Amino acid sequence: MTNILDKRMSVAGIVASLEDGMTIGIGGWGARQKPMAIIREIVKSNLKDLTIVSYGGCDVGMLASAGKIKKLVFSFVTLDAIPLEAHFRRARSAGEFDVMEIDEGMFQLGLKAAAQRLDFLPCVAGLGTDVMTYNPDIKTIKSPYSDEHYVAMPALKLDVALCHVTEADQRGNSWIGGPDMFFDEWFCRAAKKSYLSCERIVETSAFNDDYKILRMPIERSRVAGVAEAEFGAHPTSNGPDYGFDVAHLKAYNATAKEGWEDYVSEFVGADNYTEKVGGAEHIRSLPLPAF
Amino acid sequence: MTDYTLAELAICAASEIFRDETPEVFATLIGTLPKLAGYIAKETFLPGMMMSDGVYYLASEPVPVGPRPDFETKREGRIGYERVFTIVAAGNRHAFVGPVQVDKYGQMNLSCIGDYKKPKVTMLGVRGLPGNTVNNRTSMFFASHNKRALVADEVSMVSGAGYNPARYPNGKYPIGLDHRQIITNLCVLDFEGPNHAIRVRSLHPGVTFEEVQENTGFELMRPDNIPTTADPTQAQLDIIAKYDPHNLRAYIFKDNPPGVREKAA
Repeated sequence: MTNILDKRMSVAGIVASLEDGMTIGIGGWGARQKPMAIIREIVKSNLKDLTIVSYGGCDVGMLASAGKIKKLVFSFVTLDAIPLEAHFRRARSAGEFDVMEIDEGMFQLGLKAAAQRLDFLPCVAGLGTDVMTYNPDIKTIKSPYSDEHYVAMPALKLDVALCHVTEADQRGNSWIGGPDMFFDEWFCRAAKKSYLSCERIVETSAFNDDYKILRMPIERSRVAGVAEAEFGAHPTSNGPDYGFDVAHLKAYNATAKEGWEDYVSEFVGADNYTEKVGGAEHIRSLPLPAF
Repeated sequence: MTDYTLAELAICAASEIFRDETPEVFATLIGTLPKLAGYIAKETFLPGMMMSDGVYYLASEPVPVGPRPDFETKREGRIGYERVFTIVAAGNRHAFVGPVQVDKYGQMNLSCIGDYKKPKVTMLGVRGLPGNTVNNRTSMFFASHNKRALVADEVSMVSGAGYNPARYPNGKYPIGLDHRQIITNLCVLDFEGPNHAIRVRSLHPGVTFEEVQENTGFELMRPDNIPTTADPTQAQLDIIAKYDPHNLRAYIFKDNPPGVREKAA
C-alpha cells in the first residue's frame, strides 16, 4: 500500500501532472506569495491552451509571454510596487488570449461558489458596468424575496490550484507565514486538485503551535502534492522571509519590449536560479512590502 | 496663509470629502493625495476613521507615505483582502480612488482604452471598482484635469458604476451607489446637480469656471456662486508635513505649482 500521507514531490513532478487545456487557479496576489518556481517550470514545459485564474502579477505576465494562456480570468494584473505589468499589457493589447474580467469580490465569490458546489453566488458588484457587457455569460437574477436584481456570479471551477506557502509537511498541511493569506484556501477548495510549493518541508509537529495554527487555512485533504522550493516565490514577496525584488521585477518588466527570450534562458531556464538572481542572502535581505 | 503648493491645497480640499462621514467609516485611501487627505480628516474632525496600513493591518494612527524603515505601524486589527471583500457590501466604507477616466455619469475606467478585444491601451483591470461603486461612498482624484480624463460620452470600459439608469435592471440604482466628490488640479466637483449631475463645487485660486469647462469633455453644472477652494490652515499643513517626510506631495502635480496661481508668473 502506498502511503497516501506522503505527498512530497518535485516542482517538475507537479508540472508533469498538468495537462493541456486545464483551468488553473494561481494563489497569491499581484507581486506577493506567487508560486513562481512552478510558474517557471510551466514556462519551460510544452503545456498549452491554459485557462488561468489569478489575482494577477508576474505569474500572469510570464505565462502570457510564454504563450501559455488561452483565456485569462482576472480582476487586475500588477506588480504592486510597479503598478503596470508590461508582459500582460503587451499580450492583452495584442489580443493574444480571451478574457473574463471581473470585480475582485466577484472573483472570490466565484471561487466560493465552486468550493460549495453551487452554480453561482449573488452579489451587487458588476451591475451598471461593462463587466456585464463583455461577459454575456454572467447573468442577473431577480430575488425570490423582493424586487431586487443581483448578479449571479458563476462558480469558477478549477482543475488545479497552485499556491506557494512558507512551510508544509509531507501530509499537505501548510502554514502561510506572510501576513495576508489572500485567497489560497479558496483556490484550493475550488479545485479538483491542489499543489503547493513551500519554502521548506517540516515535520508535522512543527504545526503544533498556537500562532502558526491561525495561519493554516488550507485543508490537507485538498492537497495532492507538496514540493520544497526555497525562495520559490521570488521575485514576488513571501513574508516574513523576503519582500519583493523590485530591481528584478523592473528588469523583467522591461523584457516585454525586448529580451524576453534572454530572460527565459538566463533565469527561467537556470538550474541555479537563486545564485542567478543574487544569492540567498540577497533574497533574504529584500524588504517586505510597504505602501 | 498663502504660502502653500497646489498639492497642499488639493490635499486639504480633499480631506473635506470625509466631513459628513459616519464616525467609524472605513476609508480606503489609494495614493499620496488620498492618504494625506484622509490623515487630515482623522487628525482633525474624524478620529474614529478606520484605515489600513496599505498591506494587511488596521492602523490606529496614520502611516507616513513613502519609505519608512524605522517606522513601526501602530496596529489595532487586521484588514486582509478577504475581510475587505466581505465588508464592502455592508456599505460603511468610503473609497478614495484614482481612475484613469470618468464620464458625466460618474462612471470610471481602470481597465483599457479602445477596442475591448485588442485595446489600444491596457491598464490595470477593473480591480474592485465594480463592487466599490455600487456598495460604498466613492470619491475620485485626477492629477491632470483634461478631456482625456474627464471624457465626452461614456468612458471606454465602464469599470466603476455611475448614475446611468440605462445600465441597470429596471433603471433603478443600487442602494449603495453614492458618488461624492472629484478632486482635480483645477477644482472640486461633486454630484449634487439635478439627477446627480456633476457640478463645480469650488475653484482653486485663480481658476475660472470657463477654464474648467474647456478642459472637461462633458457639460458641467454651474452654480450661481462658486466659492474658491479654501486655503490650507497651518494646522493642516503641519499634519501634511508630519506624514509626508520625504515630500512626495511635490510629485502629485506636474512641476509642483504653487497653490495661488498668480505667483507662478
